[in-house]
Amino acid sequence: MSDLLQFVFSGLTVGAVYALVALGFTIIYNASDVVNFSQGEFVMLGGMSTVFLSAAGVPLPAAAILAVVITAAVGVALNKFAIEPARNASVVTIIIITIGASIFLRGVAQIVFDKQLHRFESFSGDAPIEILGATILPQSIWVIFGASVIFAALYVFFTRTLTGKAVLATANNRLAARLVGINTNFIMTLSFALSAAIGAVAGVLVTPITLTSYDIGIALALKGFAAAMLGGMGNPFGALVGGLLLGLIEALTAGYISSTYKDAAAFIVILAVLFIMPSGLFGRAAVNRV
Amino acid sequence: MTFLTRLKSTAAAVAIIGLAAQPALADIKIGASLSQTGPASFLGDPEAKTLKMLVDEINAKGGIKGEKVELVMYDDAGDANNARTFATRLVEDDEVVAIIGGTTTGTTMAMVPVAEEAEVPFISLAGAVVIIDPVKKWVFKTPHTDKMACAKIFEDLKARGLTRIGLISGTGGFEMSMREQCLKLAPEYGMEIVADESYGPKDADMTPQLTKIAGVAGLQAVVNPGFGQGPAIVTRNFRQLNIQVPLYQSHGVASKSFIELAGEAAEGVRLPAAALLVADKLPDSDPQKAVVVGYRDAYEKATGSPVSTFGGHAYDAFMILVQAIERAGSAEPVAIRDEIEKTKGYVGTGGIVNMSPEDHMGLDLSAFRMLEIRNGDWTIVE
Amino acid sequence: MRHLTPKAITLLALVALILVAPLFFPSSFYYRVGTLMFINGLAVTGLVILIGYAGQISLGHAGFCGIGAYACALAPVHLGLPPVLAMLLGAVISGALAYLVGRPILRLKGHYLAVATLGFGILIFMVLSNESWLTGGPDGMQVEDLGLRALLKSVGISVPAAELWYWLSALVLLLGAALALNLHTSSTGRALRSLHDSEIAARTVGVDVAHFKLMAFVISAVYASVSGSLLAMMNKFVSPDIAGFLHSVQLVTMTVLGGAGSVFGAITGASILTALPQGLTIFHDYEHIVLGLIMMLVMIFLREGLVPSLIKRFSRRQG
Repeated sequence: MSDLLQFVFSGLTVGAVYALVALGFTIIYNASDVVNFSQGEFVMLGGMSTVFLSAAGVPLPAAAILAVVITAAVGVALNKFAIEPARNASVVTIIIITIGASIFLRGVAQIVFDKQLHRFESFSGDAPIEILGATILPQSIWVIFGASVIFAALYVFFTRTLTGKAVLATANNRLAARLVGINTNFIMTLSFALSAAIGAVAGVLVTPITLTSYDIGIALALKGFAAAMLGGMGNPFGALVGGLLLGLIEALTAGYISSTYKDAAAFIVILAVLFIMPSGLFGRAAVNRV
Repeated sequence: MTFLTRLKSTAAAVAIIGLAAQPALADIKIGASLSQTGPASFLGDPEAKTLKMLVDEINAKGGIKGEKVELVMYDDAGDANNARTFATRLVEDDEVVAIIGGTTTGTTMAMVPVAEEAEVPFISLAGAVVIIDPVKKWVFKTPHTDKMACAKIFEDLKARGLTRIGLISGTGGFEMSMREQCLKLAPEYGMEIVADESYGPKDADMTPQLTKIAGVAGLQAVVNPGFGQGPAIVTRNFRQLNIQVPLYQSHGVASKSFIELAGEAAEGVRLPAAALLVADKLPDSDPQKAVVVGYRDAYEKATGSPVSTFGGHAYDAFMILVQAIERAGSAEPVAIRDEIEKTKGYVGTGGIVNMSPEDHMGLDLSAFRMLEIRNGDWTIVE
Repeated sequence: MRHLTPKAITLLALVALILVAPLFFPSSFYYRVGTLMFINGLAVTGLVILIGYAGQISLGHAGFCGIGAYACALAPVHLGLPPVLAMLLGAVISGALAYLVGRPILRLKGHYLAVATLGFGILIFMVLSNESWLTGGPDGMQVEDLGLRALLKSVGISVPAAELWYWLSALVLLLGAALALNLHTSSTGRALRSLHDSEIAARTVGVDVAHFKLMAFVISAVYASVSGSLLAMMNKFVSPDIAGFLHSVQLVTMTVLGGAGSVFGAITGASILTALPQGLTIFHDYEHIVLGLIMMLVMIFLREGLVPSLIKRFSRRQG
């Protein structure tokens, strides 16, 4: 029993990170139909900027906030200089552009920062908390808590604010949104900023646990993308469920079946789900444009 | 035919311009293909920095017997096919007299046939024993083998009376190769592997694997072959789960940054490593003292980052090569190879190297020290 | 030129380039780069059929390269097959596997298809990497020599290995390109392209959509497999990197960058992205920045790919 709980704790911690990355994918996808493969680089930028700002003497909380702002700015720049000029290009073309962007950002990071591993102190120490024979680190609780707050805040934003509703309207039908006076360019800028900021927050939260370096982005982008598709692209709730599910599958497979093939198990489940539900667990049925 | 002849003359012109652009031929050209980026950049980065530093140093002193050294270095990003291409380029296009490199065993093994075919001496910086066993005429290596690391760990375990071992290894080449060597060596030392788990190179949490290992009845110690972030996370998770047996890391974490990354959790962790890590703590009588202190100070001054044994492997490779060229009195690949093989009593960061036609590494178990992390620093286990 | 078909022009251009290029090679290293261009070009030609003709995406095709490569590494050792038969065996396995997984996978659309193929590729990579008792694990394994050089030598012809592989891979590429171009003009090709433009429209005019998608998937898998086999036999060494996600992405990037709709374009893309890293070494630490920038700029400004976009611009200017 305590073993199972330990696996669940592990799965939730890792899953919360996947969920945040998947959420980043979803927000940008909703506003622009773009799958942004440089999403993982935002997580890297958040963590690495915090490390280097705090090394330069900025107090950790301020460094973290600054890192999120910097990353959001990078997100806006990415939209402005790489995505907007390529509007209406085909899906693969835009995928290649975002992959190019991720190589570019990684290249910049290895110059501006370095190629070593880094970490900063956990927010509330490293003394494990024991629950029913299993243990969890205070930082894991921060990660899970942080992810929950972001999801709650986004829920309020999308359902209660005019801007949030405008984002949803744009996601549903860009032309119609423009016709009723929504500035869809602003919505896209906002989405990239938001998505980058969420990635950066994830980076800040997990660096004390997972460590960070210039090249952590690819693996995270892969898992986050898979989580988003598992949940159903375009659905923030799907991103949450997809991310947590992916984390739990990996932890339980590692614990009960085989640690060698835990990543394989995750992808087998994704393939199985997609064969039965071709739009993921909570996705809209794919629209066919004639 | 006029078209073809014109083409040929253009080609010749291009070739001449290309030649003219090359630096004076008197330079000694040394090639390197390292994994400066990619999954092994943790190893390749300090190696590359070390080589750059040493080349600058030697040229400032006037080069080798008055001839400047030119370093041609490529980043293979840890990809075997890239390494193969760069090795070909070094041999065919840059016409280097020797190659240093192959940060990982995979990239090394991809480069080996190139060096063998072109008959160019090749000193690898990778761990696995397959690189030099069986001996290949043109291939040498400086780091201790993974087999030796296992042997050193098992010796220490045996001395402490611990025999029931749990293994947790990464799925990268370095880790899987060391895991295999440990499995092979275990019966020789009377070790019983009671658990055998693994984790991916970018995994964030290893508590499920460790929970499983901790659940094995009669577990007496855990060994973690790995490098990069994995071992730091394993060490932290190990303390989180409060597992009460000794934890052994491999020589793959032999850098001060491991202690920083693992924090307090690293207390009590043991690992086999080269003397470089404990430069200050070596007695003055230790023959390696001067070398390791010298390299450490130079590296930390040049790069501003803490020294690692990986950079040390590059240091040893370069020094062995330079001394061989000096002894040979020529920069002919054949002469260099023969002299490298005759290296005797070279005191390096990894140990004292005595090569022979049967042994292209020249290190024995005494080159390894068993270290324990106490109060955030390395100490030598007596 | 008036009576030459586009197919003949493409092939003639390829032949000319292949023949002329060695005149400019300052050293035999360039033969290797050329060979890598052709081998990548072959895999990419397969992707033209899948992406360019049929409009489907795959982020897992390197998995088939891996199957082809490891077939050449394993079959001679374990089954005693000569390397050439091992290559055929690899192609058959790849094709059969593509046929099996293709049916369910190709029902997915757009990004869902991307993630499914991605997962499939990663599964193959994991098996190659983890089953070290068979595959040598992440550090890879040696591959038996093809034996062609020895054969040529026995009849008195001595060719350096680098040159032999240059001509051999060029020959296979030409063959692959000719087949792909034939497919383009055949009725199957027309069916595939109608699918690319609009699946629904294709279905209404009676095209068996599922069948043709599957066919494109299987054919492209065989191309990838053969390219993997050639690479393994040339290097005489293989490691799981060849089946990795990064290689899959590389192949798709080559296809799209050069122009997914055109065989010549895609081969150009493969050539550029194969040669580029060699050129970028002069930038040292800035390699990745420059590579990322080039990828973004080409796709933003020449979004149909280098060759088709340039041809379009050129012909627009002409009239």
